[in-house]
Amino acid sequence: MIQLTSLPIDIEAVIDCVKAPETGAVDVFIGTTRDQTAGRKVTALEYETYEPMALKVMERVAGEAGGRWSLGRIAIVHRIGRLNVGEASVIIAVSSAHRAEAFEACRFLIDKLKQEVPIWKREFFADGSVEWSGQTPESAPARGGL
Amino acid sequence: MTIRLRLFAVAKDLAGFHEKHIELPDASTAGDVLAHLANIDSRFSRWGSCMRLAVNQEYVGPDHKLCHDDEVAVIPPVSGG
Repeated sequence: MIQLTSLPIDIEAVIDCVKAPETGAVDVFIGTTRDQTAGRKVTALEYETYEPMALKVMERVAGEAGGRWSLGRIAIVHRIGRLNVGEASVIIAVSSAHRAEAFEACRFLIDKLKQEVPIWKREFFADGSVEWSGQTPESAPARGGL
Repeated sequence: MTIRLRLFAVAKDLAGFHEKHIELPDASTAGDVLAHLANIDSRFSRWGSCMRLAVNQEYVGPDHKLCHDDEVAVIPPVSGG
């Protein structure tokens, strides 16, 4: 299950879809929206995506995980649109025969998602300001370009 | 050639549009798109080093040669999760 959704994520349904009789472990990562960033109070968040590419990249990283570890099933579901503080923004669930593979693959998938998948978070602060989250030219390592 | 340019997040805010068809000289590269944007708004020069480019929904390097009708996206630092 690889999905982007504007509706609240049904965590139980995502976990159920990776369970299989031949697997003995399910590892789950749930990312939730924080109420502060660098000490500033956050009141709401909004996620934007480049949907067709995001789905392609999610499929690709799931394929990479499947190539590295012996896994049962993989689910990656990311929320898009406006969220309140404390809601689940992303769920990754991985099943495998034994726990080590599920733990490692789950960590790999959330790390890759945060580096590669074209999704952007915008935070709405209590002071009224609205900012895109993440690196800026001042904080980012040089990557070529202009 | 004509390309379909798509901008997201801070790139969209800097340029003031989300999507547009633009004309580029033949043999243009993906990196030329960032140069084109820097002419629209000079802040792109500052951001250029951390924006990535995607052609037809795959990441490419700045030297990637563009073709007529390509969909070129400017991908600011991602922040999903």
